[in-house]
Amino acid sequence: MNRQIIELVSWRLASAVVTLLIVSFTIFLATMMLPGDVAQILLGQAATPEAVAGLRKAMHLDEPAIFQFLKWLGGLASGDLGRSYANNMPIAALIGGRLANSLKLAAATTAIAVPLALTLGITSAINRNSLYDRIISGLTIAVISVPEFLLATLAVLVFAVYLRWLPALSLANETKTFADLLRVYALPVITLTFGVSAQMIRMTRAAVIETLNTPYVEMAMLKGASRRRKVLWHALPNALGPIVNAIALSLSYLLGGVIIVETIFSYPGIAKLMVDAVSTRDLPLIQSCAMIFCVGYLVLVTIADIIAIVSNPRLRT
Amino acid sequence: MANIVEVRNLKVEAVTDAGRVVTIIDDVSFDIADGEIVALIGESGSGKTTIALTLMGYARPGCRISGGSVKLGAHDMAGLGESECARVRGIEVAYIPQSAAAAFNPAHTIMDQVIEVVRIHRLMPLRDARAKAIELFKALALPHPETIGERYPHQVSGGQLQRLAAAMALIGDPKLIIFDEPTTALDVTTQIEVLRAFKSVMQGKKIAGVYVSHDLAVVAQMADRIIVLKGGTIQEAGATEQIIKRPGHPYTQALINAVEPALFAGVNAKEEAAKPPLMEVSNLYAGYGGFLDKGLPRLLAVKHVDLRVPAGHNLGIIGESGCGKSTLARAIAGLLPAVTGNILLEGKALAPYARHRSREQLRQIQIVFQSADTALNPSKSVSEILERPLLFYHGMTRRDRAKRVGELLDMVKLPRGLGNRRPSELSGGQKQRVNFARALAADPKLILCDEITSALDTVVAAAVIDLLKELQRELGLSYIFISHDLSTVRAICNDVAVMYAGEKVEQTSPDKIGQAGGHPYSRLLFDSVPKLDQGWLDSLKQDEALIEAYAVR
Repeated sequence: MNRQIIELVSWRLASAVVTLLIVSFTIFLATMMLPGDVAQILLGQAATPEAVAGLRKAMHLDEPAIFQFLKWLGGLASGDLGRSYANNMPIAALIGGRLANSLKLAAATTAIAVPLALTLGITSAINRNSLYDRIISGLTIAVISVPEFLLATLAVLVFAVYLRWLPALSLANETKTFADLLRVYALPVITLTFGVSAQMIRMTRAAVIETLNTPYVEMAMLKGASRRRKVLWHALPNALGPIVNAIALSLSYLLGGVIIVETIFSYPGIAKLMVDAVSTRDLPLIQSCAMIFCVGYLVLVTIADIIAIVSNPRLRT
Repeated sequence: MANIVEVRNLKVEAVTDAGRVVTIIDDVSFDIADGEIVALIGESGSGKTTIALTLMGYARPGCRISGGSVKLGAHDMAGLGESECARVRGIEVAYIPQSAAAAFNPAHTIMDQVIEVVRIHRLMPLRDARAKAIELFKALALPHPETIGERYPHQVSGGQLQRLAAAMALIGDPKLIIFDEPTTALDVTTQIEVLRAFKSVMQGKKIAGVYVSHDLAVVAQMADRIIVLKGGTIQEAGATEQIIKRPGHPYTQALINAVEPALFAGVNAKEEAAKPPLMEVSNLYAGYGGFLDKGLPRLLAVKHVDLRVPAGHNLGIIGESGCGKSTLARAIAGLLPAVTGNILLEGKALAPYARHRSREQLRQIQIVFQSADTALNPSKSVSEILERPLLFYHGMTRRDRAKRVGELLDMVKLPRGLGNRRPSELSGGQKQRVNFARALAADPKLILCDEITSALDTVVAAAVIDLLKELQRELGLSYIFISHDLSTVRAICNDVAVMYAGEKVEQTSPDKIGQAGGHPYSRLLFDSVPKLDQGWLDSLKQDEALIEAYAVR
């Protein structure tokens, strides 16, 4: 560790914070521009204009947008996410359990998808242009091109309807034994693994192939290094940067991009919560969910960048 | 004496991108005795590296050994499988690459890579291996032998890395070492140090060697025997002394002639110097990076340089990597604006930025870059490349352009039929001629030649130099000829400026350079150029203080 690397990492962290501020502003602006007036929707068609105006004042909706933004941002900073418009519950309470569920699903998928993708990516890079490589490449392209809802529906059709091995719905609260847990998570995890692995496999394969073509790997071979040694000791450490970034991008999708999977399997996660919030114009809830997705994304990408910086000996020493 | 290597009727085939199979090595046979160093010499594409790599049972991707045998000790490397070859590599035969900078893995320490052979083949405990590596570092005259292994490859210089690569090859006590152009990428003053280290270690350990190079003068210092290759076949083989003193083959003679070209006999310098100069540069400063408070750039690459080029004269600029010679050319061309200083063309001041100069001023100064591969647009045909300046500077009609392109191709001695081809379909020498023809298309008065022969084989480079001289006679051009190669500069220039660390340390005529009374750095540079004489390296005595002061180790 030296000064240069500390400088680089702190620069990276600072830029993450600035990005977050810009994102929060964008989210606020976007939700403000959603059509429809919250007070009007909450009170229904029959409300008198006076009642609507009264509610608007009570909810501070009549203040300039910039004040509303600063107030909201201040609340976020102090951990107060505000209250839901729809049912007047604290948003933190609404989100809490849902976020935990989403994180559980993401963790289970990560635990399976990352080792699987790395193994397949590295092995197909080693056996480049072999039958094995062609099959893996063909399959990953096929999986990338099939939309997720089709994958999920097919999975339900095969495993739940025909084979009757697994439940079609993933009601996370009904798990008592470990076997139950496996059954509940199996279908969504399988669907998500298909979705996120394809990109990771392709990036890993490309990054490893690129480093395998370098003179230092040829040199290693001329020293008598085995194939395993060439890949694991020589190629992989130099391919780490791009691979970690591909993993981070794929995993960030698991936090915000799982709307379809959560909906199809009725899984009580945060993505589904946000979809529901949009249909009820629950602005504070939408904003909080969007912020959580962005924070998750930024954290992952920043970690990936820091790993890439630290794993480069030109910067480390 | 027993032979450690016996190669018989070796044949290597390559598959081209189009799927055609071509024979790149045909019917090559030779022996190497125990402890003997044999040089494989030839230009690029002669198959010298390919042959050397077959001794390790390896053919680069796209190539394969298709016939013959390569006996190394008890093994036939041509017939062994990949894993059997791996068992031999590193301990019976080892390899020193051309670019150690690329051959060291940036992610691991030097020591880990040097002793990797021991780890792979389980030769000895790692502690002993480290001790042995340190002994080798000492034998190779590396600085800080105890601790240099803890560094990463980017933390040591190119000359040191090349010697560390030798240590990496020697750690497994191989019977044969393959040197693949190990000093080609180094500056001459660094090269001497590396060659000396190689030679003393090889003699001390009595290891056989294969020395691959295009440079006869270097090979003469290292090899017992020389094999001359061209187009994948052996032209001539013999003892080093016989090859350099009494070559039997005309191609060998051409190689020898190219080592020390005749000095330039230009027009009468005194008479010309009296006339007003074509180009005059005074007090030029240029550099990179943001500006500091005093208005100077963070990294000053050219400091206080004065130059004078009379019309019809050639000025050579010589120096080692990082001395600022290319930056100087870029500043004159206006590609990199000079920070301060005057650039006068025929007495008129030029703006520092190329975009502030008039089209006429731009036309009169043309620059030709070292690498024609990157300077020529790969998606345009040769005619299109040459027509662009004709249209831009002269506004010629389509018919005039076609006629002029034909004339330009004649001038650089390329067949007119080449006009329809793309750069990728040309050889290295042909590409450099097109690159030069593009500069000629502007009808310039001054051409800046930035290392234009450095990427070419010696024989091809000599032909390009002859062409340059001929064109000068016909067109009355002037060249500023930038190079790290003293003999090339001496072959074409009336005057040679020596640069060191951004400053011009001396300017003199080519026959006086390196003589007593000149600048010490010029002398060091001159002495460091290998001579075609077997005893040159051993008898060379250089002033240690001078090397200490100027050589980049």
